Amino acid sequence: MSVIKKLTVSASPHVRSPQTSTGIMLDVIIALVPALIASVVIFGYKALLVTVVCVISAVLAEYLSRKVMKRHQTIGDLSAVVTGLLLAFNLPSEIPLWIAALGSVIAIVVVKQMFGGIGQNFVNPAIAARIILLVSFPTAMANWATDSKFVMTSATPLASLKAGEVTEDLPSLLDMFLGRHGGSLGEVCALALLIGGIYLIARKVISPVIPLVFVGTVAAAMFIAGKGDLEFVAYEILSGGLLLGAIFMATDYTTSPVSFKGKIIFAIGCGLITSLIRIFGSLPEGVSFSIILMNIFVPHIEKLTTAKPFGTPKRDKKAEKAAKKEKKEAAKA
Amino acid sequence: MAEKKPLIKEFTKGLIAENPVLRLVLGTCPTLAVSTSVTGAIGMGVAASIVLICSNIVISALRKIIPGKVRIPAYIVIIASFVTIVQMLVKAYAPAIDESLGVYLPLIVVNCIILGRAEAFAGKNSVIASAFDGMGMGVGFTGALLAMALIREFFGTGSIAGIRIIQEAWPIDPMIIFILPPGGFFAFGILIAVANKIAESKGKPKAELHGCESCPMAANCSLIKAPGEDNVKEATVK
Repeated sequence: MSVIKKLTVSASPHVRSPQTSTGIMLDVIIALVPALIASVVIFGYKALLVTVVCVISAVLAEYLSRKVMKRHQTIGDLSAVVTGLLLAFNLPSEIPLWIAALGSVIAIVVVKQMFGGIGQNFVNPAIAARIILLVSFPTAMANWATDSKFVMTSATPLASLKAGEVTEDLPSLLDMFLGRHGGSLGEVCALALLIGGIYLIARKVISPVIPLVFVGTVAAAMFIAGKGDLEFVAYEILSGGLLLGAIFMATDYTTSPVSFKGKIIFAIGCGLITSLIRIFGSLPEGVSFSIILMNIFVPHIEKLTTAKPFGTPKRDKKAEKAAKKEKKEAAKA
Repeated sequence: MAEKKPLIKEFTKGLIAENPVLRLVLGTCPTLAVSTSVTGAIGMGVAASIVLICSNIVISALRKIIPGKVRIPAYIVIIASFVTIVQMLVKAYAPAIDESLGVYLPLIVVNCIILGRAEAFAGKNSVIASAFDGMGMGVGFTGALLAMALIREFFGTGSIAGIRIIQEAWPIDPMIIFILPPGGFFAFGILIAVANKIAESKGKPKAELHGCESCPMAANCSLIKAPGEDNVKEATVK
């Protein structure tokens, strides 16, 4: 019996990976923990409160919407927890809690479940929810006031940088790196985000291509815009949601290209749009808009960069051109 | 459309089953543009309905005189005349609505619901049936606009028809996105889903393509022969 069992060939797939959605999501949550700790240290208990509200309402929204749509439950894959965490990291600490909860419901119900649930959303749910909240509640979403002892209530560094040069009232670069400046919960502490990013790359959950090219493109654009001022470039990279977006949001499996070439095109696009919005736009920050715009381009990028199946002949460009010419001439005649 | 339906059916089909905005997805442009306020939506709906009913009656009455080859220009002339009349009336008696509708009032001329009904219904049916069809479609259009405007104005500004519902003192703010284009598309999508659900629960088939027989490709179209052979023959003979 056992011999027969060994000889029976089951239907494909034959090679199985121990990786599961739940495992990957758990890794992302672990990678987000340093940033969560940093935000609680910097902004106090309110940061934790906003995060808890976002996560609970995201999971609840996922549970209820699956139930209403009579589909199998997917809260076990933890993707709703990740969405809730990422959304919370995009909100200021003083955000009214009902807005935070509403954001989670929008992310899960409108952006994710209405399009079919995990793996089917065409844009990143957390980013889409952040943008909807930003457009809907502009004052609450840009209220950087805080009673934290670490951070002074002031405009975010990006708003001060908008003038195009490094000014006196900016925090020092070390403060920028450690997160002692105004901003959203999860985006301020570059150190914590980098730790999370390195963990994800070491665990092979994400490939380093998108974050590196994304940040690199912004750095290059800012180098040109700042006329070679390296300090300005450093401020631009450390401020706003660039690191959070590049490491955790642009690398979302569902909404980023699969191939290496595609990833590079995607990341360059993100970087360029971010820089253009930061330099010329009316809003101080453009990371979320750039990612959502490139998300929409992903199917087209995938189409352009499909891998050639092994063994198929090379494309003969010369012959193709000649054939085209012939066709044109034939049409003329 | 050869067989006679009871007149009441010509009216009720426009409400949900063949609602011009939500089931046939016609007239989307004015729907999205003027549904930010309830008063604007009612004004637009009523104005378009009047034009629709009048043009349906006249086109149906003249359907045997208008030569087939120039029917579209003829329809447009009839529709444009009624739009001009309505526009002058609105300007004279309701200047506030005229101001809030702006360019969308004269643009009723090119509203695809009106031309669509002229092509698909009034051009082939009796005057009375066309009048009922126009009324049903007009009420359906106004209803869809009103439903969208209620959603968008309430969530977007916290008021309905200019009366504040969500008070300043409450800790809840309206979502501005609802009166912006993305919110319009969102409300539109939700309403289409609801209308489809209602129509399906009543056992109505999925939104059927209307005015197919009047399509210039009708003679060579393979799709058109499926639902009813009679319709096709009649259309091609005409």
